[in-house]
Amino acid sequence: MAGNAVGLGNFLRFPVQAVQNGGGAFIIPYLVCFLLMGIPLLWVEWAMGRFGGRHGHHSTPFIMHQMDPRRALWKYIGVFGIFTNLAVAAYYCYLESWTLSYIWHSIAGTFIGQSADQVAGFFSTYVDVGVSTTGIPYEAVVFWILCLALNTWILAKGLSGGVEKVAKIGMPLLILFGVILAIRGVTLTAGENGAINDGTVGLNFLWTPDYSAMWSGKVWLAAAGQIFFTLSVGMGTIQCYASYVRKKDDIALNAMSAGWMNEFVEVVLGAAVIIPISIGYLGIDKVVELTKTGGLGLGFKTLPYLFTQWGPVLAAVAGVCWFGLLFFAGVTSSLAMGTPIMGFLKDEFGWKHKNAAWFFGGVVFLLGLPCVFWFSEGVFDEFDYWAGTVSLVVFALFEIILFAWIFGMDKGWNEINAGADIKVPVIFRYIIQYITPLFLIGVFIGSLPAIWEKMNEDVPWQVWVGRVILLGVFFITSWFVYVAYQKRRKQLDTVKP
Amino acid sequence: MNTSALILMLSSVGIVTFATAYFFFRVVTAKPKPEPDSYTDNDPV
Repeated sequence: MAGNAVGLGNFLRFPVQAVQNGGGAFIIPYLVCFLLMGIPLLWVEWAMGRFGGRHGHHSTPFIMHQMDPRRALWKYIGVFGIFTNLAVAAYYCYLESWTLSYIWHSIAGTFIGQSADQVAGFFSTYVDVGVSTTGIPYEAVVFWILCLALNTWILAKGLSGGVEKVAKIGMPLLILFGVILAIRGVTLTAGENGAINDGTVGLNFLWTPDYSAMWSGKVWLAAAGQIFFTLSVGMGTIQCYASYVRKKDDIALNAMSAGWMNEFVEVVLGAAVIIPISIGYLGIDKVVELTKTGGLGLGFKTLPYLFTQWGPVLAAVAGVCWFGLLFFAGVTSSLAMGTPIMGFLKDEFGWKHKNAAWFFGGVVFLLGLPCVFWFSEGVFDEFDYWAGTVSLVVFALFEIILFAWIFGMDKGWNEINAGADIKVPVIFRYIIQYITPLFLIGVFIGSLPAIWEKMNEDVPWQVWVGRVILLGVFFITSWFVYVAYQKRRKQLDTVKP
Repeated sequence: MNTSALILMLSSVGIVTFATAYFFFRVVTAKPKPEPDSYTDNDPV
């Protein structure tokens, strides 16, 4: 699970969210969200998944239905657990393909001799799909299709286990390389090798607390969204994995270990790499400007320049190692996004594994097209906002209400503790029952003005097309759930929770 | 770095590092469950 949780979000999304939300204004809500929402939801989702798995369900619509079979509502709420994975995978695979492409550019020495501004500008050229930087027409699209095809092929061949085994070596290497870069970032000195600021300027920007932001719904929504995105909670992937765990086996310690390992990579390493290096070479104003559109590209706009300061050979080696390891981290996460929909199609419609995998690949391809071709118009960021932030918070709110108040806290607490290798502090029983739901309601209500404001922003028509597509995917997925329910209604209604 | 930033950074990094190390240690030292368990990685081929 740590392989699934540790991904591109730790090194690429977290710093951008921090920059977009004012640096020090973001970090306190982020840490509070981890303690009061992230940890409880990890336990809740693992427990829900294992409970559903005992009844033969491996995706959230029918796991949630199993927890409250009397109400029809829950299986449609569970649609979020499929919809989110499809929508996030649509832009996540494109993000993943950038790492693949940057491996190529590191080997080709594309960045050698470029200034910090030129390296940053190269990314904008790259994502303008009509422009080729290598001579390959539609280069960004080619790398994206290659990346998506590889993911789908791994899923279809059932090689995810093999990838997880490779990730057991890749993850520690990524962390080790992250440590090296973090040291380099923190010790960056103004005036040396083109740096305009010390590394500590970036750290100051990130860590200086801004208590006035505690009242900003937008910042809280972003912090909660980042916690959910990075821990993969509110997505339905944890439930899917946990549905294969036996009742006598531990989930409590595993959830904690994976969650804290993810936070270590994000807070200790992620925070010390991109922000100090970006601000060191480009300054705060420029970095804030760069994250306004296509924000997740920040790491691609800055790190290659750092590598070129180490000489051509080391730059190539560092580029291949860094982007290669990031690619691996991304693949383990994107493969996880395929498992809930595949589980749903196999369970409910009897699809073969291979067909389900290629269906997933096909849908992600179609959904990814607007993200790729209208990247500059903001469709990629729009998908990230609705699917990678808002949806996660909404789904998490519903699932914790179901778990704590409908399924019942007594049964829920027993489910979390069954087979546990640690004693879960009893205070979390009350946090799960009262604090987390209230907190989620507060974050959601508090962010409504920001959501309303976003809806009323003057945006290109392509963004509206993106929104309609997302809505369409949600309704089509709901229809699939409805058909599946009709198929097995009699069978489900007779099974007690 | 200013003092408030340093305090927040060191306390956050310290807590996260300690908790990560602690739970990792607990996982490594946890007693294995009797087979069959949920994991196939440790099963004989």
